[in-house]
This record gives sequence, structure tokens and C-alpha cells, in this order.
Amino acid sequence: MGLIEQRFEDNFVTTTVDSLINWARKSSIWPVTFGLACCAIEMMTTGSAHYDLDRMGVIFRASPRQSDLLIVAGTLTWKMASVLRRVYDQMPEPKYVISMGSCASCGGIFDTYSVVQGVDQVVPVDVYIPGCPPRPEALMYGIVKLQEKIAKQKYIRK
Amino acid sequence: MADITLRQNEEAILEGLKDRLPDLAYTLERSCDQLALLVDKKDIVNVCATLKDLPAAKFDYLADLCGVDYLGKGETRYQVVYNLYSIPLNHRLRVKTNVGEDDCTVDSVSEIWKTANWHERELYDMFGINVVGHPDLRRILMPENWEGHPLRKDYPLKGKGQREDFSFVPENERQPTRKPEIESEDW
Repeated sequence: MGLIEQRFEDNFVTTTVDSLINWARKSSIWPVTFGLACCAIEMMTTGSAHYDLDRMGVIFRASPRQSDLLIVAGTLTWKMASVLRRVYDQMPEPKYVISMGSCASCGGIFDTYSVVQGVDQVVPVDVYIPGCPPRPEALMYGIVKLQEKIAKQKYIRK
Repeated sequence: MADITLRQNEEAILEGLKDRLPDLAYTLERSCDQLALLVDKKDIVNVCATLKDLPAAKFDYLADLCGVDYLGKGETRYQVVYNLYSIPLNHRLRVKTNVGEDDCTVDSVSEIWKTANWHERELYDMFGINVVGHPDLRRILMPENWEGHPLRKDYPLKGKGQREDFSFVPENERQPTRKPEIESEDW
């Protein structure tokens, strides 16, 4: 108490390491651009000026090496599934996955020979967003839900 | 054949064909306001080359090449359809040929139209019709290790289980195979 008192200027706050790290992580979720089908158009719209994901700290990156979040936007075919897995493996920890739309979540209307029936069989999914395709508001809500999830994480354990 | 009235340009095309290939046997039909020429598959390369070269035809553009599976409907199982378009003369013609199940091959026209290269790869990929004389006959849409030809009518819609093969996912992260509670056919 006596040590730090009056040794710093104003605007000084104390917090926990968990909440500081979580605050930083949830405020700068950088998704990798992984558009597979029409959901990708909604994802692009969400990133554009009208909805403006940037204000939430969500900035799309063109490389999985710089990303924290993988938004699987669209129909995942079996031919593409190993590519999705490789992109996921290339992302640095901590990493999160949003399954956007019916197709990514469960195959959607495409119960056919070439379509994977749910991307959770390939990568672990944090948030599922329903819709065909989901509106930008739905995607933003999904990202907010992911932020809430990140805010609850604990790093310092005995 | 008698009820088909030919237009001027179509008459010229057929006359030119008769001139160049006097022994050619063909059947005519008209569907969707377009003339179709059904020829034997041994003649297909000759017919296509002639149609491209003929001054009255000048079919310099292969608009599409596709396959049809007439499982349980026709005498021969498959049909290969060539949709031709002439850019200088602005007219179209459809050329068809029947391909049987026992001799499931057709000659390549990729020497005549370069665009046929990929179309014939798709034909092979989707219908399993072997294209004789093709320079590079590989699958084009399905993965290289795929089994079966999906557009054949006897191919199951949900495939043969290959979509559930997740051997590229690390073993400790692999999910158990899920069975839907309701089959979509029961809806």
C-alpha cells in the first residue's frame, strides 16, 4: 500500500490479470477471411461501413497466422474440409471458431454426397449462428456472444 | 423426321454435311426451338470437325458438352450432348450421341475445341464415361481419391459414406459419427 501510493500520476486502476487479458482478447478478435458460399457475402456486408465490425475490434485478416477467429461462412464440402482443418491448425492459440449459417452448422439443405454435415466434425466450434444466410445483425450477435465467452475464461490457476 | 421443317441455314448445314460425309446416318429432332442431330458415336469426331469447318455451319464455339443418364428409360443408358454455337453466323445446333453401358466410351473432341478438355473431364468425373483420346483424363470436380460417379442415377444421393471420412482430423479431436434422428426421406 505504502509502496505504490502517490508514485504514479492520476488515472491509475488496479485489476486482475484474467480480466485484463480477457478484455484485450475480446476487444481485438481478428477473424481470418474464410468465405465458402453465400454466407460470405453477409460476412463481407457485416465488415463494411453500414454495420462496421471494426468498431468492435473485429478486423479481417488475410492470413490464419494473424487471426484469432475462424468464421466458417458457408457450405463446407468434403473436398474443402481438409483445407479448413489446415487453416485452423495454422492459427495461433488462443483460437475460436464461429459456425455461420445452417450449412456450416449441420449441412443445411445440402444432405448430399459431397457436403460435410456440420463443421464441428472437423474443427471445434464455439458459437453456432442459425440462418440461411444469417443477417449481419445475427453475425454481430454471434461475435458478441463469443466476446462474452472469452470474458469468462480463466488463465491463472493453482 | 418428316414433321420437321428446316430453316434455310439448317438446310445448308445438312447439305454441307451430306456433301462432306455422304455415308453419315443421323436422326433429326427439334426441341426448344433448336435442331438436334443424333449421330452414331463412331462418327462424332468427324461430324464435329466437319461442322466446325463447313462454311455454312462454322460452329467455332462449343457452348456446352454434357452427359445424360437415361437409366431404365432408354435403350442405351447414356447420352452425350454437344451444344454448338457459331459466333460468325449466330446460329446453334445440338449434336447428340448414345453411349451404352457395356462400351462406356466416347471419342474426344478436345482436338477440335480446346474447351472440350475440361468438359470431357467433367463428363468422366460425373458419369464415368471414358473419353478416348483425351490428353489428360482426370477428375475435375470431385477429389482425386473419390469413388464412384455422382451424377449416375444409381449413385445414392447421400453418397457412400465418404463425406463422413475425417481421417485428416487428429484422432483425439475426432467426433463420433452422428446419426440423424429423422431421415430426410421421412419428412
